[in-house]
Amino acid sequence: MKTPVVLLTGYLGSGKTTLLSRLLPHPEMGETAVIVNELGEVAIDHHLLRRVDERTVVLGNGCVCCTLRGDLADELRDLLSRRDRGEIPAFGRVVVETTGVADPAPILYTLLGDPVIKHHFELERVVTTVDAQHGLRGEESVKQAAAADRLVVTKTDLADPAAVERELGRLNPAAEVLEAVRGDLSPADLFDGAERDPRDLVFEDGHAHAGDVHAMCLTFDEPLDWTAFGIWLTMLLQARGGDVLRVKGLLNVGADGPLLINGVQHVVHPPEHLPAWPDDDRRSRIVFIGRGFTGEELDRSLAAFNRAAQGSDPGGV
Amino acid sequence: MCVLCGVLLNDHWAEQEGGRRGRVFRGRLLNRVLEVYGLRLDDWSGRVWVLRDRKGRAAVVDNLGAVWVEAERLAGRPFDPLDPDLVAALS
Repeated sequence: MKTPVVLLTGYLGSGKTTLLSRLLPHPEMGETAVIVNELGEVAIDHHLLRRVDERTVVLGNGCVCCTLRGDLADELRDLLSRRDRGEIPAFGRVVVETTGVADPAPILYTLLGDPVIKHHFELERVVTTVDAQHGLRGEESVKQAAAADRLVVTKTDLADPAAVERELGRLNPAAEVLEAVRGDLSPADLFDGAERDPRDLVFEDGHAHAGDVHAMCLTFDEPLDWTAFGIWLTMLLQARGGDVLRVKGLLNVGADGPLLINGVQHVVHPPEHLPAWPDDDRRSRIVFIGRGFTGEELDRSLAAFNRAAQGSDPGGV
Repeated sequence: MCVLCGVLLNDHWAEQEGGRRGRVFRGRLLNRVLEVYGLRLDDWSGRVWVLRDRKGRAAVVDNLGAVWVEAERLAGRPFDPLDPDLVAALS
């Protein structure tokens, strides 16, 4: 069984370490290894705490999000071998706390792309903290929130979180939003429970200015051709990957259950077949968080690729 | 995995299903798109693709992500699936 990895990210001072320091002693947390890049003002006293210096390995094509985080890869491999040799307690989870300005994509790329690591670890969830006082701050902050599966609005005792929560709901409606005062959440709040079904999400249109990051949702009543979808999405990410901060969806590809897709910038998780649909609604729904394009443009383009597939007879192979 | 770096990983997320039959269909569909840019893709022994332009220049690519990188290089311009001309050509 693969060891789950939680990516804990959030802007400088948004309460990541406070949250982590409250979670680690919690009885439900179990044995957890922690990898941090910096030791901040909030001290963490934990026997499996490892500090690493962020060390990136830029791959040949120079794509920023596909930079391997060599420090993280080395540390995960070392944790693995020391656990196997019995030198450290048999941890059941790893939490990676990023620096406040870290782009989450290279970390995800390292987890999904490194051949050793992807066989022993799997991403469990991306948790992003956002400070209720300051909200989202700049490009990295927006990327971190877009990558999140759970958003934690912190310091809600110091500021009314309503405006920040509205902003987060527009930016990333696929993520559940939780509130925390001094990190008072349980592991179950963060790690249990199903992901939101993209078909149930509410999208607020009309707020985005040109160039703003915003969430869009595509809905297709008829099944999508998986080959056409793969060609279309790879081409889209090649063309506009820097502006596609997140892709998440349930696809009807004509199988018994939906196909779950999840990507952050250029980094796409291996698609996962779910055994069955949760209800009678068989429509495909795909959430995009990005900028520089509209949902209508995506819809027209994907529909054209899908029609081209229907016109290219796979039976003639 | 990554659209740009899949070449290094050799198990591109979009090519993990369908087997030989799926690969042939993928090649056919890719050619519907690539012909709009004056390019052609041929399968070579079921393991790599050979991409060619009309001047006879060629590039060998081994997965879907790398196809777009090399295709743009051969065509000398960026591609965009949202380009209305491409959408019209496929419709």
